[in-house]
Amino acid sequence: MSLDSSDVEKIAHLARLAIAPEQTERYAADLSNILDLVAQMDAVDTTDVEPMAHPLHMAQRLRADAPSEPNQRERFQANAPLAEAGLYLVPKVIE
Amino acid sequence: MQWETVIGLEIHTQLATQSKIFSGAPTAFGAEPNTQACAIDLGLPGVLPVLNAEVVRLAVRFAKAIQAEIAPRSVFARKNYFYPDLPKGYQISQYELPVVGKGQVEVVLEEGAVKTIGVTRAHLEEDAGKSLHEDFHGFTGIDLNRAGTPLLEIVSEPDMRSPQEAVAYAKKIHQIVRYIGISDGNMQEGSFRMDANVSVRPVGQEAFGTRTEIKNVNSFRFLEKAIQFEVERQIDVIEGGGSVVQETRLYDAAKDETRSMRTKEEANDYRYFPDPDLLPVEIDAAFIEEATADLPELPDAKRARFHTQYGLSEYDANLLTGSRDLADYFEAVAAASGEPKLAANWVSGELMAALNKAEKEIAQSPVSAPLLAGLIQRIKDGTISGKIAKQVFEAMWAGEGDADQVIESRGLKQITDTGAIEVMIEEIIAANPAQVEQYRAGKEKVFGFFVGQAMKASKGKANPQQVNEILKRKLQG
Repeated sequence: MSLDSSDVEKIAHLARLAIAPEQTERYAADLSNILDLVAQMDAVDTTDVEPMAHPLHMAQRLRADAPSEPNQRERFQANAPLAEAGLYLVPKVIE
Repeated sequence: MQWETVIGLEIHTQLATQSKIFSGAPTAFGAEPNTQACAIDLGLPGVLPVLNAEVVRLAVRFAKAIQAEIAPRSVFARKNYFYPDLPKGYQISQYELPVVGKGQVEVVLEEGAVKTIGVTRAHLEEDAGKSLHEDFHGFTGIDLNRAGTPLLEIVSEPDMRSPQEAVAYAKKIHQIVRYIGISDGNMQEGSFRMDANVSVRPVGQEAFGTRTEIKNVNSFRFLEKAIQFEVERQIDVIEGGGSVVQETRLYDAAKDETRSMRTKEEANDYRYFPDPDLLPVEIDAAFIEEATADLPELPDAKRARFHTQYGLSEYDANLLTGSRDLADYFEAVAAASGEPKLAANWVSGELMAALNKAEKEIAQSPVSAPLLAGLIQRIKDGTISGKIAKQVFEAMWAGEGDADQVIESRGLKQITDTGAIEVMIEEIIAANPAQVEQYRAGKEKVFGFFVGQAMKASKGKANPQQVNEILKRKLQG
């Protein structure tokens, strides 16, 4: 399996990563190598193996349905670049 | 060409919990912005989600109610996309292994036919926050109170063939989630939101046409109109020589049309993968037993029982089982009055009309079940006629007391004193010689005029049977 530059650009865009044009070739090669490694594992017969969702052999623990988190808006918003009227402000999103 | 419509629905219903699905922040509606968004909801570094037991319990109740498989092991996955109201950059959802598997519901269509609609699956997920696009001097405001609110997304099979069927199915799911108490189903507050996948194909063709998805519809009426518009639009496109583009569309209620959301081309590439922060959820028989032991009678069973136990028509039985509150109210009136059919008529007629007019729910009715039962008893024992009863009902609605108090204070007791009615009728006959002449000459229609006069003279209080009887006798001379 090999990725080309346009695959790399698409993946980078989906992850919102900025990649310099001269780097795409190298990323394409590196990522292709990783996929080759996965392809080797993929060749193993796993017919009777249950897909693993988590490396720990445990079930999810559940918590009781009770509110326990106090309002800490002022503290959280002190870290935000912009906040107003209790809202976090972000660059305008065009629908 | 004849076209067939194919519709599937995805319904997001908010689960009725006190705290969020993965955090201990409260879920109360209407709080000040961002006062119910904790570090986990904000996706701050180093936090870990812990699953709320109640959401699993509620999902299991839903599975049981639609006879669905309950996955003994289900897995949470990350659905990756970027939007400011999703601080983590992913939504925790379920993908390959949802908690609720295949199930089904029955819907009653307008002609009375019953149709089974398949439910493909239902999965647990967290809601995103809310973006406020009003102008904050060029910025968008973000309220994350809703972020992390538990949702159950219920996905149907593409089994519906008309907008009306889609609405019947959506109403059925709405009815079920409220009956079993897993959601308040409040559509104004966004607790029940519908997405419709719509396509058309030539009648007889097996392959589905290209579908579009109408997002975020929050009323049954809009759902019907949006699908109707979209079906017509797709047929126009195809018959005009074009082809339908698979895309997401929004319904604009003001213009009654759907329009394309200008989404980025890769928007649907969510790159799901199992969330390493959460372990698989295991549900055993004991958990299922505990979650479902107190499930109430479901709407279909109740409808069938109302039909047989009270002798109600299918229509009335269906109407009166619309919600649990309504069904309980009706049963209370039927039991206290001993007149189930009169109770059904009054609840589905006068009471529902008054509630609709006042935009009130049954639980807020100023006329309680015992009050209405008291009124029905007074009709039954002949104290008042059905017509006067409507006046008494209005007075009870306005808070003038129970039926007996209203009848007493307004002097509405039916006149059953034969002597008094006779005197009144003699006066009417004496005052209208011309009409008496006509009646006696064979013009029997004039009888209605005399009945009208008698009811007017008695202000509607004369017993109608007695009036008829005495009038007939006296007019014959």
